[in-house]
Amino acid sequence: MTTATALAVRRTTRASRVGAFAAVTLLAGLVALPWAGNAGLMRVVIEFIALLVLAQMWNLLAGYAGLVSIGQQAYVGLGGYALVVLADDVGLDPFVAVPVAGLVAAAFAVPTAALVFRFRGAYFAVGTWAVAEVYRLLIANTPALGRGTGRTLKAVFPLARETRELVTYGIALAVGVAAMATIYFYLRSRLGLGLMAIRDSEAASGSLGVDVFRTKLAVYVLAAFGTGTTGALIYLNLLRISPDAAFSINWTAATIFIVVIGGLGTLEGPIVGTLVFFLLREALADYGAWYMILLGTLAVVAMTQCPQGLWGLAAARWDLRFFPVQRVVVVSARGESETRAG
Amino acid sequence: MSLLRVRELSVFYGNFQALFGVSLDVRERETVAVIGANGAGKTTLLRALAGALPVAREAVEFDGRALGGHPAHALVELGIVLVPEGRKIFPSLSVEENLLLGRYRERPGAWTLERVYQLFPRLVERCHQPGTNLSGGAQQMLAIGRGLMANPRLLLVDEISLGLAPLIVKDLYRVLQTVRSEGTTLLIVEQDVSQVLAFAERVVCLRKGAVALEGEPARLTREQISAAYFGA
Amino acid sequence: MAWLDSIVQGILLGGLYALFATGLSLIFGVMRLVNLAHGDFSILAAFLAVVSVQQLGLSPLLSLALVVPVMAGAGYVLQRLLLNRLLGRGILPAVLVTFGFSVVIQNALLEIFSADSHRLDPGGIETASLALGGGLAVGWFPLLTFAVAVLLLVALQLFIGRTAVGRAFRAASDDGETAALMGVDNRTLYGLAMALSLAIVAVAGIFLGIRTTFAFSSGPDRLLYAFEAVIIGGLGSLWGTLVGGVVLGVAQTLGARVSPGWGVLTGHLVFLAVLLLRPAGLFAPSRRQD
Repeated sequence: MTTATALAVRRTTRASRVGAFAAVTLLAGLVALPWAGNAGLMRVVIEFIALLVLAQMWNLLAGYAGLVSIGQQAYVGLGGYALVVLADDVGLDPFVAVPVAGLVAAAFAVPTAALVFRFRGAYFAVGTWAVAEVYRLLIANTPALGRGTGRTLKAVFPLARETRELVTYGIALAVGVAAMATIYFYLRSRLGLGLMAIRDSEAASGSLGVDVFRTKLAVYVLAAFGTGTTGALIYLNLLRISPDAAFSINWTAATIFIVVIGGLGTLEGPIVGTLVFFLLREALADYGAWYMILLGTLAVVAMTQCPQGLWGLAAARWDLRFFPVQRVVVVSARGESETRAG
Repeated sequence: MSLLRVRELSVFYGNFQALFGVSLDVRERETVAVIGANGAGKTTLLRALAGALPVAREAVEFDGRALGGHPAHALVELGIVLVPEGRKIFPSLSVEENLLLGRYRERPGAWTLERVYQLFPRLVERCHQPGTNLSGGAQQMLAIGRGLMANPRLLLVDEISLGLAPLIVKDLYRVLQTVRSEGTTLLIVEQDVSQVLAFAERVVCLRKGAVALEGEPARLTREQISAAYFGA
Repeated sequence: MAWLDSIVQGILLGGLYALFATGLSLIFGVMRLVNLAHGDFSILAAFLAVVSVQQLGLSPLLSLALVVPVMAGAGYVLQRLLLNRLLGRGILPAVLVTFGFSVVIQNALLEIFSADSHRLDPGGIETASLALGGGLAVGWFPLLTFAVAVLLLVALQLFIGRTAVGRAFRAASDDGETAALMGVDNRTLYGLAMALSLAIVAVAGIFLGIRTTFAFSSGPDRLLYAFEAVIIGGLGSLWGTLVGGVVLGVAQTLGARVSPGWGVLTGHLVFLAVLLLRPAGLFAPSRRQD
């Protein structure tokens, strides 16, 4: 055993510095996009960001907190309907209503957690789905919410189309950046370390003083907020909401595939996964259901053969971490050992 | 004639190494005891031999065949049976069902349900109760009986005296004597050193995952054993 | 009177739900696996029956003889080739892979059979009814379904309680590692459990397809009802699962009588209520669920 030598904890890597630079450049490009006047491309970016944030939220739950939920579509729907109610019925500015809708979704997450946290493991997953179905059916049976046919967001009608699209685009960028930044800094913080400890071993982390229940609850509510805000963003863009669409399991199916194929438990994985998802959708646009069959098969293969996903493979091969949340213990005296955590 | 040959057996739990190149031989019909302090690797050794842990192919030879890496159920088929530490009685099965499970692989041999009941009369009256309703001593008897139902050639016995009163432990060793007299080879891990030294023909002492001492109990002194057990 | 009729209908429906639930809880008990494609497999079975009826001219009930072995075989192969590799890696891989199955099956059914609703027609028996006196009439077919469900549950109970393989199932659900140390080949055992599960769910799917219309997307709801019946009835008890199915069936039919849109929702609410008030289910055995 080496005697006490200077130990440093290294947080960044060279790749992360490159990644930070690339991210800033990309962001600048996205901000400048409206000046190119391509409304179609802006819509694609909005959709991309929406799916990416949904995936990041699911990844936060499953890949970091160990909570495998297949009911996140509940918060997409709740966020979307909250937007319509806040904007049309309560009279809130529809753009301000987006984050507020996220708060509404987060509020629903608390009693939901009280129920579903009684389950563990795979039964937790099915439980979250059951609750999502309850929300769907409750809304589909409520006349004020448009029942099965749904509602249209009317509060934006007075605005010119270009204005609405521009502001929606701006909100999408804001949501995207905020989500990535929040998750990144959360995971790098002490709270995030506790979270990853829970993922790796609940019993061990509990004995070290990590409040397992409250941490999981906090993450679950945070993810609901992110998902709900994204749901509001989605329906701000689409303008028309119905229970079957808003609470569809397809939201979860898409996010699961994105995260599995891209790489679970990393921040970069969902980005790669969303890219693959979009590219595949373009390539297979004419093939209808075959697209989903391929996606499903890819996810099955990915989980059995390379569970670390595409990003995981690349990161392992070239030791890349653009958004490093790990803590590397560097033993400076001997220079030999580097123990990686996270 | 070595029934069991262990050569340079190293066992890992993930990155943690529990056994460091352990070698030992057990002859047919022999009774060998494995002793050592907590954490020395005794249970790890038995579990590895029983197929519960990954083992290099050439590290374990049974009856002339390299067996390392075979799954546990295949080893039971060949006659290597473990009486696990902590008994591990199945709560969803009755006493009799626990015994019947022991002969899942239906190895031919002299041990039948009737003979096991003769050996352990205490089990008869409770044969339809859940296996875990029994007292510690009775559960240990059940665990041994379950092992016998598989008609083992090599019976691996892990810490049967744990938590039991001395009188019951003496009963258990009387049973093991009967088993031994039928020709079964025994490899016994034991905390109760004096009990097992009186019973075994050879003893192996493990310390920190390696063999520290080996020999016949009669030829080893207290000091030698103590030194090997605790370290100089 | 109409209420009593609804309750009877609900009880009979409950038998079917109990079948769905049993297939799910069997594999969860033995190998801690929740098959998210459970419902989709039952719909797959129903579509296979449709094919046998159309191509081979079999009656739906006769098609059981063909579809059930096929599904059992598929379950065995799937478990041994794919799902066995995921065990011991935590719950995430199994959840995601079976979710992937669900998506693949649904979309494959959509491609092959389109979005149309289908129904299996056993030729008249499903509308015939039996008068029970007091103005109460019960359909022959729901009665038959319930009888088949109970029969299967009894057979399963006997199998698990009296055979060597059944003992192995119970031992593996207690302690898989020790079961292996006693000589149980877990890989084969799990394959058998999955084969049994899919066989049961195939029967349930075909009876469902005779009873009501179904389409490519009908699977997930079956999974939910199965899950709810298991939770209501309590994990680890076969008869509890029957009671759970019946409670769910009655809740759904009574709710639908109040208002058609409220049938399924009432079932969900009863499930949530049981979850809140008695998380161990109505028939709590002493074992914890994990």
